[in-house]
Amino acid sequence: MSTIKNRLSVDENAPILTATALTRLYGERVGCRDVSFSLWPGEVLGIVGESGSGKSTLLRCLAGQDRPTSGTIALNFDGVPINLFDISEPMRRQLMRTKWGIVHQNPRDGLRMDVSAGGNIGERLMDRGDRHYGKIRSSALDWLSRVEIETNRVDDYPRQFSGGMQQRLQLARVLVPEPKLVFMDEPTGGLDVSVQARLLDLLRVLVRDLGIAAIIVTHDLAVARLLTDRLMVMKDGAVVEEGLTDQVLDDPHHAYTQLLTSAVLAA
Amino acid sequence: MSAQTIDADYNFGYLDEQTKRMIRRALLKAVAIPGYQVPFGSREMPLARGWGTGGIQITAALIGPEDTLKVIDQGADDTTNAVSIRRFFARVAGVKTTEKTNEATLIQTRHRIPEYPLSKGQILVYQVPQPEPLRKVESSEVETRKMHAWSEYGAMHVRLYEDIARYGRVATSYSYPVMVNDRYVMSPTPIPKFDNPKMDHMPALQLFGAGREKRIYAVPPFTKVKSLDFEDYPFEVQKWNEPCALCGARGSYLDEVITDDRGGRMFVCSDSSYCEDRRDAGHTGTQIDWAKDKAYLDPNPDEAA
Repeated sequence: MSTIKNRLSVDENAPILTATALTRLYGERVGCRDVSFSLWPGEVLGIVGESGSGKSTLLRCLAGQDRPTSGTIALNFDGVPINLFDISEPMRRQLMRTKWGIVHQNPRDGLRMDVSAGGNIGERLMDRGDRHYGKIRSSALDWLSRVEIETNRVDDYPRQFSGGMQQRLQLARVLVPEPKLVFMDEPTGGLDVSVQARLLDLLRVLVRDLGIAAIIVTHDLAVARLLTDRLMVMKDGAVVEEGLTDQVLDDPHHAYTQLLTSAVLAA
Repeated sequence: MSAQTIDADYNFGYLDEQTKRMIRRALLKAVAIPGYQVPFGSREMPLARGWGTGGIQITAALIGPEDTLKVIDQGADDTTNAVSIRRFFARVAGVKTTEKTNEATLIQTRHRIPEYPLSKGQILVYQVPQPEPLRKVESSEVETRKMHAWSEYGAMHVRLYEDIARYGRVATSYSYPVMVNDRYVMSPTPIPKFDNPKMDHMPALQLFGAGREKRIYAVPPFTKVKSLDFEDYPFEVQKWNEPCALCGARGSYLDEVITDDRGGRMFVCSDSSYCEDRRDAGHTGTQIDWAKDKAYLDPNPDEAA
């Protein structure tokens, strides 16, 4: 496991994640059906669609939180191909902690509410074995300022933060171990428009600066347009349209995508 | 204290033989995997859970007619819990009991390790209220078992981080988590962290029983036990500015005792047997004049006179 952790080289030409014919059924009901795509390093992929279209199910499968009924997820972090559901659970958890991060819609799901902001950020470092308080502390302070939280709030609890700050704190906690791949489930959900704008701005800068590959699930097309390179449109558990973001939004082909784009005010 | 007559109405050691066998099997497994929590079928005991039923069941499963038993409660041999448990085993097993650490073969303890170093062949049985060291950071039992199984102990250090961030040092003073044999993080039970270093490479066998939580774990003799810490904030134990007020001991664990309602206080050894020994050997503390006052020390001053 330590070899996975230490090597950081990424083959720019190979996809970092390849999903093949992913299907997740809940008994008779369909979560998502026959989804295939590839994600390259540094690329930001958006998944849009209405509530119940299977976006979150797909994301949970991709993030290793839910086992798909059929299909495979191949990962390629260090030139070593891994099939996500063939490796052992401890190894999968290790990957989750070191190689990828998950940003939850509700920061309460991604933060420890009874641990200070600094502790929340530092936990990821302690997870990977850092045992030097001073270094952990300075990383925490550094990341707080990168997500635009005043560093004198480092010992405050998340519950003393506003919603937008909690979300930014969650972002810092996810990004501090420098993951290669980040999953975001409605990262701006529940925030007011100005706070959303600030968060989106921050997200865009961080994702670009760090060269992180990201998959963002959202029902907000404005978010998709601002953050993503490529877009997948889902309906009833299946992908109905896929392409470059501008292409999909400006020239939608599928009837459902046309409906979706015309349903929002001009973004 | 001498051996007492055994109460023939009970099986030797109170528990039935099948239960003892079950507990011994759990103990063997615990010794084989140092620091690992082994589930066992905890029985109803004739005292409430939370009063040391885990420790008592281990003692009952191990005790033999030749054993000499010492029971410690918060360092003292003469508090209610210690006296009752000692009397219990004198009755159901007819064993000799003692307050002297070096005379005992079996020592059941709550919240302390004796000041005298333990030796080969002795067994120290701890009463454990909460066996799971990760409980404060993770409330799910399913999750904590996975964390143990795969050595995912980063969250444990979050507690220490929080202490340093808030108080400038690790303020946790008891139940200070330890790493056993470089593998399992273990709760040392609510002993003061002062006692943690004594667990490391102890010649005696250390057994831990949690009756309510139904877990047994163990540290075999001469096993590495390391208290968790940070590289730049190494583990340290409590220190006192003054020696024991009764026996003058420095370097023993001291309890603060309030002596009056005008702010009077003194510090005395928590290990009562150790303190008594030192006084018998002629050591004195600052409070010795007070200590000579029989009216304070002797419960029956009339008899003493």
